[in-house]
Amino acid sequence: MIDVLVIGGGNAALCAALMAREAGASVLLLEAAPREWRGGNSGHTRNLRCMHAAPQDVLMDAYPEEEFWQDLLKVTGGQTNEHLARLVIRASSTCRDWMRQHGVRFQPPLSGTLSLSRTNAFFMGGGKALVNAYYRSAEKLGVQIRYESPVDRLDIQDGQFKAAYVGGERIEARTCVLAAGGFESNRGWLREAWGQNADGEWPADNFLIRGTRFNQGVLIRHMTEQGADMIGDPTQSHCVAIDARAPLYDGGIVTRIDCVSLGVVVNNQAQRFYDEGEDFWPKRYAIWGRLVAQQPGQMAYSIIDAKAVGRFMPPVFPGVKADSLPELAQKLGLEPAAFMQTLNSYNAACRVGSFDHTVLDDCHTEGVTPAKTHWARPLDTAPFYGYALKPGITFTYLGLKVNDQAAVHFKGQPSDNLFVAGEMMAGNVLGKGYTAGVGMSIGTAFGRIAGTQAAKAAMKAAKNLEKQRAAA
Amino acid sequence: MQQLETLTREARALANGGVVPGTAEAEVARQLQICNACRYCEGFCAVFPAMTRRLEFGQADIHYLANLCHNCGACLHACQYAPPHEFGVNVPQAMARVRLQTYADFAWPPALGRLYQRNGLTLSLAVAGALAFFLLLTLVLTDKLFRVPTEVNFYTLFPHQLLVALFAPVFLYAVLALALGVRRFWREVTPGTGAPGAAVGEAVHDALRLKYLDGGHGEGCNNADDGWTLWRRRFHHATFYGFLLCFAATSVATLYHYLAGWAAPYDLPSVPKLLGVVGGIALLVGTAGLFWLNLRRHPQHGDAAQKPMDRGFIALLFFTSLTGLALWLARGTAGMPATLAAHLGVVMALFLTLPYGKFAHGIFRSAALLKWAIEKRLPSKLKLGDE
Repeated sequence: MIDVLVIGGGNAALCAALMAREAGASVLLLEAAPREWRGGNSGHTRNLRCMHAAPQDVLMDAYPEEEFWQDLLKVTGGQTNEHLARLVIRASSTCRDWMRQHGVRFQPPLSGTLSLSRTNAFFMGGGKALVNAYYRSAEKLGVQIRYESPVDRLDIQDGQFKAAYVGGERIEARTCVLAAGGFESNRGWLREAWGQNADGEWPADNFLIRGTRFNQGVLIRHMTEQGADMIGDPTQSHCVAIDARAPLYDGGIVTRIDCVSLGVVVNNQAQRFYDEGEDFWPKRYAIWGRLVAQQPGQMAYSIIDAKAVGRFMPPVFPGVKADSLPELAQKLGLEPAAFMQTLNSYNAACRVGSFDHTVLDDCHTEGVTPAKTHWARPLDTAPFYGYALKPGITFTYLGLKVNDQAAVHFKGQPSDNLFVAGEMMAGNVLGKGYTAGVGMSIGTAFGRIAGTQAAKAAMKAAKNLEKQRAAA
Repeated sequence: MQQLETLTREARALANGGVVPGTAEAEVARQLQICNACRYCEGFCAVFPAMTRRLEFGQADIHYLANLCHNCGACLHACQYAPPHEFGVNVPQAMARVRLQTYADFAWPPALGRLYQRNGLTLSLAVAGALAFFLLLTLVLTDKLFRVPTEVNFYTLFPHQLLVALFAPVFLYAVLALALGVRRFWREVTPGTGAPGAAVGEAVHDALRLKYLDGGHGEGCNNADDGWTLWRRRFHHATFYGFLLCFAATSVATLYHYLAGWAAPYDLPSVPKLLGVVGGIALLVGTAGLFWLNLRRHPQHGDAAQKPMDRGFIALLFFTSLTGLALWLARGTAGMPATLAAHLGVVMALFLTLPYGKFAHGIFRSAALLKWAIEKRLPSKLKLGDE
């Protein structure tokens, strides 16, 4: 019998498989996706948030535990577990040597990401390169890997894992690590979670999924039915405003639109609906998904003029370009009169001081609602550009409750041999909100813990079995 | 009417230095637009940092970036948008297609750029023609292909003056054609900038060390799969430096001949012989290794249509070395005249095709590396908020 069965094929699953194998356990990893789509959302990531006391290879200055914790506390609004969060934070300071041993390489922060150079270690080549390195290392160490093997249910008896089912096939193992991602790719579930709005729309029908199509949440639902203790709000998800032309799945990082704070954003009624200049974009991009989701048709349009070109990360698709604002409205399918009324009143309300995109400057509006509190300059220089926006779901927060040994719980009792890591339990640490790279910190820390604990439990079970046999 | 519109659009694009839709350049521009919004690959090589200095990719930018790309494969394996993703990003392949086109477009004289289109055929014809020429010449000059020469001196077979008269013009032509080609390329991609000494030094260093085959982490590039290997770099080094040593052997021998009055053949431990033997063996090992790697290359790397050009050039270098070393062994035997004819034929074919084959990659890539070394020293014109 296999010692450790790992269900999932992303960062957390691979960390668990590698740790368990290193501890001497036999390991089988089941990845739902075919080989070319392996790795789940990890393939779209690019860095890991790391605590460090002093400059370390690619990391500048220091990022102490307390500061990391305060950052996490702030973004989650307190919806976190301090004990588990600090466990993740401390683990993030020591995991990188182990990652390097398994072939992960780091690089200095990418251009356009200077704000992360102190806190985040970037993977050379991004998350897919990391996933490739882990798979190579796992194969070399003798981890068995099966692709296109989605698990649809588990055999659990009295809180003990017995076997997993891939279709009709029953796969037994001494212990099991669940690391199969969230449910964000399950459109039916998103529809149900978001429900219907006052206009009778099903907002989630217009959402795009930024990551893998394979995170269907089959095991999250199954574990709920099995009576596992759950955590997190199913209606919450990390949601970003992305280019409406993005593919339904796997659009990843390139579909973001980073020019919101340089112009105005209107909905499909050509009305502005939120302060575009409230704060620096890296601090605000994550609220715009929800803002757009609340607009009619779940659509919005980011409008800039020529002054903004070259001041934001280039978007993947060219913007709709026009030589005049009415022409732009027409090209975007907005009602030109309403659009011009919005733009004219915005332009007239701009109080331009000294524009500086690197500080919270004094360019603001007066007498227009909503106000734009920084970087407010009239849109008056042709050519004008418009980008249609839709909400893009990055991940969901609903998951399984764990302790510091990554054990799945049933009615408050930890399971002896069933563990969970990655997105399926990230909600313990990240009840809401997000800060760059923390998903990979959680996945790496808990993946490694789950792998270690699963190997330990498997060895213990094997030893007990031997004792029983010797006694008989 | 449709056609006229297309033509008008293309003409306008060309006039603006833009790319014509549907071309290999347009595909690179499309992919770089995606890459520029992602940038995960910045650590691998110079292509991506050079890309981030631009928001739009015109004809000249694409020609430059395509030649800066070493086809190492790292960005393909790391790419979240690589096939089967609908974005279909395969930068090494898109770049390889443009690269071939630049060799052809910048070839001098332009009409001969066509020789790149079926380069395997070009090389085969060059070899066959040059071999036949020297075999016939041997027959004409000595009556027999196989006989033990009276002296161990091949100038008794081919007078020195004749060899100089045959090879010197061809070699000088090759140098001229390559120089004129790369000059045109340089003028397109680098309008009116000087090259500071430090930039030249860095470009030379990067070219001679094959810096961008080290994967950015020093552990090598990709070949058969997503794992890294240093063997592409090592075999290329053996090939390149082997070739240089052979060239040095010939140059030293020329100096011996004209300045010192010492006539060939030179024996061990003479300088030309030492250089030639070491270089020849390195070239043999390097090209054999590159060929083996080429056979095992991941099918999505580069442009499969260019394999005849790549392998043809590798084979030509291999046989240059093989016949050269064989000639040493055949000296004083009945096989010498034929071996000599074969060696001269292969070398002649190599020289003839230098400006119209894979050799050009070294020249154009060095120029691109120089442009990058210059460009990276200039402040970026972009202000992307977060920097």
